[in-house]
Amino acid sequence: MNHFLLAAALTLSAPAAMACETVAIGDLTVEHAWSKATIGAGRPGVFYVEITNTGSTDDALVGIATPAAGMPMLHETVVQDGIASMPHAMSIPVPASQSVQLSPGGYHGMLMGLTTALKEGDSFPVTLTFEKAGEVTVNVDVLSLRAEGPDCADAGQ
Amino acid sequence: MRLRSLQIILWVAATAAVLAFAAVRWWPATDDTQAAASVFTPAFALADSEGRIRTTDEFRGKFLLVFFGFTSCPDVCPTTLSEVAQVMDDLGSDAGSVQPVFISIDPERDRRLGLADYTKAFHPAILGLAGSEAETQAAAASFKIFYEREADTASQDGYTMAHSPGLYLIGPDGAWLRQFTYGTPAAEILSDLQSRL
Ligand SMILES: [Cu+2]
Repeated sequence: MNHFLLAAALTLSAPAAMACETVAIGDLTVEHAWSKATIGAGRPGVFYVEITNTGSTDDALVGIATPAAGMPMLHETVVQDGIASMPHAMSIPVPASQSVQLSPGGYHGMLMGLTTALKEGDSFPVTLTFEKAGEVTVNVDVLSLRAEGPDCADAGQ
Repeated sequence: MRLRSLQIILWVAATAAVLAFAAVRWWPATDDTQAAASVFTPAFALADSEGRIRTTDEFRGKFLLVFFGFTSCPDVCPTTLSEVAQVMDDLGSDAGSVQPVFISIDPERDRRLGLADYTKAFHPAILGLAGSEAETQAAAASFKIFYEREADTASQDGYTMAHSPGLYLIGPDGAWLRQFTYGTPAAEILSDLQSRL
């Protein structure tokens, strides 16, 4: 029984790579940056990340930039009255003492105009711009098309 | 230490699953009355990636899992397609009784980008369909779903799509059975299907 559990625990944490790195800027920590593989470069890619504000001042993510895409943008998937749409998000609030997740079905970075197809196992940098904390660059792991998120030992899931 | 908490989590999950199963078994689902009030037979006639027209009629005898979406949708659509792929994997030998279908609501662009490459990347069993604008509208109306093209200069190609993100289950007789709302876990879809197979 214990061997089985140990094996399960190891399997869960095995693919942990850069997505599990934590980058800090001021009172903000940025971690679990990941993306999904794309089929070709003609369709947009996606960018997910988790940001924690340990400080006492509200901040906000106001933009993203990456060499991987010509038109990266912040979006929010909204399901309202049974209809899903994804309007542009001007900024994503990162309130004091709170965490915000860019995750499937919610806020996400929309990577339009990909320079190349994103392949599972690749990684690429994304620079996040915060209203107050400034800029910070994270490495983004490209996971499989069917991934639901990175498997990090410390991931709160 | 970590093993111990994992053990606890697994036990809690197992207990929750048993309770959920019992609840589903013994409480009459409110969905049933809703479904009974709205018996209808949705239909489509749409081209597959090779240009052959595929219709609902040819799938009589199988359950259909139908999802409307577009392939330039990196957030919502892959979630549902991944769940469908997981369900197909987990069905094992019963997989032949279920046909998953992805209907493009952005057919012109999806034909250009390649529909089969996209659906096959999730699961080889998923059939991708992209008809004409009129055929797509007819299919959507028959499934009672909504989709709309939204002009958006900040989007790739200057537009994006809004759509009903649910997954629809059609019975072997062609009648509508139920909807799985966006975000329904694969395990839940699987156990629903298994209870019908
Ligand atoms: Cu988007």
